[in-house]
Amino acid sequence: MQQGKISIQNLDLHFGKHHILKNVNIEIPENQLTVILGPSGCGKTTLMKTLNRLVELEETVKINGKIFLDNEDILNTDKDVTEIRKKMGLLSQRPAPLPMSIFNNIAYGLRINGISGRRKLAPLVEKYLRQVNLWDEVKDRLKDPATRLSIGQQQRLCLARGLAVNPEIILADEPTSALDPLSASIVEKQFAELKKDYTLVMVTHVLRQARRIADYVVFMYLGEVIEQGPVKEFFENPKMEKTREYLKGAFN
Amino acid sequence: MWRKIEEKVFYYLMIISTVSLGLLLVLIVATIVYRGLPYLSWEMISQTPKGGYYFGREGGILNAIIGSLYLSSGAVIIALVISLPVSLAMNIHLKRRKKLVNGLRFILDLLWGIPSIVYGAFGFTLMIYLGIKASLLAGIITVAFFILPIMIRSMDEVMKNVPLSLIESAFALGSTRSEVAFKVMVRQTFPGIITAVLLAFGRGIGDVAAVLFTTGYTDNIPTSLMQQTATLPLAVFFQLGSPIPEVQNRAYAAALILTIIILVVSISTRYFGKRFRKTLIK
Amino acid sequence: MALKLRKFKDQFSSLWIKISLFFVVLLPVVITLSLLYKSMFVLETNGLKELLFSSVWRPLAGQFGFWPFIISSLWVTILGLLITTPICMFSAIFLTQYSSSRLLRFMQPVIDILAGIPSVIYGVWGILIIVPMVGRYLAPLFGIESTGFSILAGGLVLSVMLIPFILNVLIEVFKTVPVELSEASLSLGATKWQTIKFVVVRKSFAGIISAFGLGLSRAFGETIAVLMVVGNVVGLPKSIFDPGYPLPALIANNYGEMLSIPMYDSALMFAALILLVVVMFFNFLSRLAIIRLEKKA
Repeated sequence: MQQGKISIQNLDLHFGKHHILKNVNIEIPENQLTVILGPSGCGKTTLMKTLNRLVELEETVKINGKIFLDNEDILNTDKDVTEIRKKMGLLSQRPAPLPMSIFNNIAYGLRINGISGRRKLAPLVEKYLRQVNLWDEVKDRLKDPATRLSIGQQQRLCLARGLAVNPEIILADEPTSALDPLSASIVEKQFAELKKDYTLVMVTHVLRQARRIADYVVFMYLGEVIEQGPVKEFFENPKMEKTREYLKGAFN
Repeated sequence: MWRKIEEKVFYYLMIISTVSLGLLLVLIVATIVYRGLPYLSWEMISQTPKGGYYFGREGGILNAIIGSLYLSSGAVIIALVISLPVSLAMNIHLKRRKKLVNGLRFILDLLWGIPSIVYGAFGFTLMIYLGIKASLLAGIITVAFFILPIMIRSMDEVMKNVPLSLIESAFALGSTRSEVAFKVMVRQTFPGIITAVLLAFGRGIGDVAAVLFTTGYTDNIPTSLMQQTATLPLAVFFQLGSPIPEVQNRAYAAALILTIIILVVSISTRYFGKRFRKTLIK
Repeated sequence: MALKLRKFKDQFSSLWIKISLFFVVLLPVVITLSLLYKSMFVLETNGLKELLFSSVWRPLAGQFGFWPFIISSLWVTILGLLITTPICMFSAIFLTQYSSSRLLRFMQPVIDILAGIPSVIYGVWGILIIVPMVGRYLAPLFGIESTGFSILAGGLVLSVMLIPFILNVLIEVFKTVPVELSEASLSLGATKWQTIKFVVVRKSFAGIISAFGLGLSRAFGETIAVLMVVGNVVGLPKSIFDPGYPLPALIANNYGEMLSIPMYDSALMFAALILLVVVMFFNFLSRLAIIRLEKKA
């Protein structure tokens, strides 16, 4: 039975002989920020990439299990994979601006999805740049290559780019780890606002960040889900021994 | 819908292109084998041409085989004498002077790009200036110029990857620079050096344009450096132009032998390249 | 005593290194200067403009107009590049973006062997396969009579020779495109092909241009294979089915008479100088662009 927006059921994933995800079951609640927590190498990033099926680009990958999004199993669907990816905006660890101008970075996704013509694109580009508080900083240099922006600005641009294709879910893989503290806090603040309209899933290994912004926490270790629950419960009253050890800093 | 069709069309075009690469190789080798194999007899590889390479119907191409081996081996030895110290210096003595080394690499890459016919023309000019006649020696020198950048850059590419810590620890043990160079670097990259030498040898033995001006051509096997010499590519080039079928057949046989040599060199280059990756300390 | 010997060895190898380095740095300078020196004679009597743009080729009368040869060279080079471009692009994209790494490992030796085949062998293959194909099938298709020895045959043989050369550079270029970029594009709902078209190719644009720049300079200087199939008739070619006479072929075919006709050697060295300058120019730009690209990556 599906309870959350996304329901991951009995998910197993192998890269060749390596068992990366082991019988993963997670319910991701709608319009909340879910943090996937765990030491590096525990399969967090792989899990994210499985959600939007980018993991399929790897040659030796084998996936078993089900992932339901609004009652549809996205791993076994007739739908085009691009339809599924479009529903999930991805924000990676290091910002990856496309090799084009600031304007076109936003317009790219819009064009892919059939919106064309500058007259239609320009107001949309402005709207999404405003949404991430970037408009005032870049409105005079929309034609500059996106790589000329600071890292923090690039990350917000990437967020805006993702929002522009109207996703339902935003996946973020340690989105602030490469940023300076100020940009990081801007991005965090925006995440808190985005909860109203989107379901957010964020990977991090920073405990304090998780505590600060999460609604729901999933703790993973060596490819297994050890514990999951609402943030307060998770931090104040962890049930599993491994979780307690981790919260004490035993793995770092 | 439309974008799906577009993707499919290009996908198949890409597959066709990739497959055609393999087919081209097969087609080229098959053509050479098909035309050359019927004439590849013991006589062909054990005799020199009788009655002139251009008109004589009898004899083989031993002069070209031996000439080619002499020429390329000579050129490789000369090039090695210059290449080894340069690539060693770039990766030991000058290791910390990044800008200078990158400048050298740039010059070498430019040298690599100069067409062999230009090396041939230069060799010819040099030959006249020094008063040497067309000969094995002139050819060796010209080909050495031509394969020099190939050899240095190939060695440089493997030496570049030897970790600085290894060199530094050798210095820490009190080695002189030349000891580090020959006892550590050369030993460490030995299969890579062989690969570079083979690569240069392959380039040298296959080239026409550089030797066209400088080696002359003769039916005899040279007995001194100052004599003219035949080479396999020249044997192909000259004898193919002959109106006499038997002579043309010698050209096809020469082409086949040259192709076999190149294939052997290519395959051993790969073999040493692979072994190199296994033995290198990283 | 032992220490002395070690020191001596070290000094000796230092000297050896210095001489070799000096030699390598000097080589391009000496090549350029010696060709320039040799061509001074014909430059002084005929003038640069006349040499480059005149079509009158009468060596015995001391008239050397290189225009027909330059045009032939351009035709063959451009044709070779045009034919090779789609094959190289498609294969490089397929091998780096679509195929398994196993196929790439399998194709690498195929590409290397193609690169190692001597140009005289390509020439023989051209005479046996390409020339008859052009003469018997392609030319009649357009209602043209041709022996097959033509600009087109030269371009075709050249295009095959350029494939391994350009393809190797392209594969390296496409490999440097970060996966994150493709992932970003895919997660916006782009198809794989759209991602390649708009992101991968775009990101590698400078590298692609450099690869073809290197290919161009390679093509411009290629001698024997082209010479064997191109026909070598002096004159301005009117179509690609006409024979041509590129610069390298001119030099290679006439070295024999070079010393028996006055100024002829100077003229041919001038042709070599043109080759050198053109090739160095495109090489220089392409290498520079590739270095910039590597710095950014």
